[in-house]
Amino acid sequence: MAGTILPFGPQHPVLPEPLHLNLQIEDEIVVSATPAFGYVHRGLEKLADIRDFRQMIQVVERVCGICSMIHALTYCQGLEELMGIEPTPRARFLRVIWSELHRLHSHLLWLGLFADAMGFESLFMQLWKVRERIMDINEATAGNRVILSVNVIGGVRRDLDSGQTAWILSELAEVEKGFSAMSRTILHDYTVQKRTRGKGALSRSQAMELGCVGPMLRASGVSQDMRLLGYAAYGELEFAPVVEQDGDCYARCRVRFAELGQSIGLIRQAIAKLPAGDTSVPVKGRPPAGEVVARAEQPRGECLYYIKANGGKFLDRLRIRTPTFANIPALTVMLPGIELADVPVVLLSIDPCISCTER
Amino acid sequence: MTIEADRIDSVELCRAVAAFKAKGCRFVTITCVGADQRGAELLYHFDRELALSHLRLTVAGDEVPSICGIYSAAFLVENEIQDQFGLRFNGLVPDYRRTLFLAGEDSLPPFRRKSGPDQEE
Amino acid sequence: MVFMIPVVLKNLFGRCATRPYPQSPRQLFAGSRGQLINDAGKCILCGTCARSCPSQCLTVSRKEGLWQYEPFACVFCGVCVEACPAGSLSQLGQWRPAVRERERVVLKVEVKSEKSGVRSEA
Ligand code: SF4
Ligand code: SF4
Repeated sequence: MAGTILPFGPQHPVLPEPLHLNLQIEDEIVVSATPAFGYVHRGLEKLADIRDFRQMIQVVERVCGICSMIHALTYCQGLEELMGIEPTPRARFLRVIWSELHRLHSHLLWLGLFADAMGFESLFMQLWKVRERIMDINEATAGNRVILSVNVIGGVRRDLDSGQTAWILSELAEVEKGFSAMSRTILHDYTVQKRTRGKGALSRSQAMELGCVGPMLRASGVSQDMRLLGYAAYGELEFAPVVEQDGDCYARCRVRFAELGQSIGLIRQAIAKLPAGDTSVPVKGRPPAGEVVARAEQPRGECLYYIKANGGKFLDRLRIRTPTFANIPALTVMLPGIELADVPVVLLSIDPCISCTER
Repeated sequence: MTIEADRIDSVELCRAVAAFKAKGCRFVTITCVGADQRGAELLYHFDRELALSHLRLTVAGDEVPSICGIYSAAFLVENEIQDQFGLRFNGLVPDYRRTLFLAGEDSLPPFRRKSGPDQEE
Repeated sequence: MVFMIPVVLKNLFGRCATRPYPQSPRQLFAGSRGQLINDAGKCILCGTCARSCPSQCLTVSRKEGLWQYEPFACVFCGVCVEACPAGSLSQLGQWRPAVRERERVVLKVEVKSEKSGVRSEA
């Protein structure tokens, strides 16, 4: 007999976004999982037909509410490559600062949601309280809390003065204190260990074969991070990916937690090295023509933009491969064999962003 | 500027993709560049140690062999292309039959163009 | 759970981390992108803002002398503010208040003839 099919989602207390999984279960054990989508599909790629390539910067920022700045960054870097524009050194460092602020708030958000998936409400609240400071930095420096809208082709739209950088550093020290105080709970608490260790494990070869990206891949022992490509100013900063070997939910949690400290370190380095100069170069000449692939590391992993332009105002084709899109197939392998009660934890461990996936 | 990619046709596709897998490449994604009633152009992206390689597949008609048997993770993107461009991937499991984002087989694929796929300059 | 107990106790007896919103609203930071306003005296109805707006919520009509703005479609990106050649657009340091009905801002602008020579590039 086929067993029971249990619809998990699209509305489920643990899910921040509408993902629908059809779980085939046998007793309390999942036998197979089939994801279903279409609840938040917005057709943003298609918008490239009616919005010109500059307006698309604001559109691609809205692909994801959490890594918005890095979407715009990837897109702008792609267009800069096509048009042969070199952003100013100051713009490259500022891009790193805002990217890492995004990674910080995204990882704090995820750690909170993950704690919530385990039923650990107090940890969830505490982490989100820490995250609030980063949202404040975003608002004070870029103008908006989440969708920063700082990127333009050729640089950035906002600048930081020395008072702001000093304030960022002092706020980050508070943030660091805030999440370090949680480190014992996140990494050594009995509840967390019990809920996450050995759950949803992926071996190195499985993770590679399933095309996982970002923290998923790094938790399975693959040292891959698009920041190693050295885009923006990453090539001039000291950086080594955080890698764990176990490949289970606990390892993913450790990777993301360690990346919090790493992001703060990168922001400090970038602020210390911040060169003087203009924040953007004027863009003249014809609209872009040709095709290009641009990649960047988002909090959830590698993001790929394919841009094809024909020299007109509108792009021929814009394709966005978001990190969650690459991580979803791993779910169909991780979920079979685990208990129903662990499904939320394993599901959350990929850091699902469904709006990204469907665009 | 164009992307450097090996041009292949649908007969060679599976062999070429299997060769990438044998080299230990990570499957990144498939991009459908354009499709209409005359044919379609697809780009397959693979990554190895941060270096991207591409395959450019041109097909006549709208039938494409699926690479799910080689990289199982391709099912999601192949289903998406079925929805967006109205192509058919042969041997796709699980096949959502254009219900991933759309309502079903009779809905119009929004990205499909009425004219021919854009040829490169 | 044991590691969390001191934090929980501190939060329980310490100061509140949230604020009672409508009574004490939060002050925005200096650089925040708030409500969009157009200074009718400066606007030259060139239409640059309408061409650059990514959400296409601005309509400028020279003939009728109208500058129209759809605040509910606006995403507060500030692109129009930077694009405006006359410097007539600005963003206030506060958000639009919540309203019960959909509004549309229609501004009657009179362009004086000596200004109409200004041209701009989109
Ligand atoms: S760009 Fe400025 S001057 Fe031109 S129509 Fe808009 S608000 Fe008026
Ligand atoms: S702030 Fe942005 S969305 Fe709003 S009117 Fe200006 S350009 Fe348009």
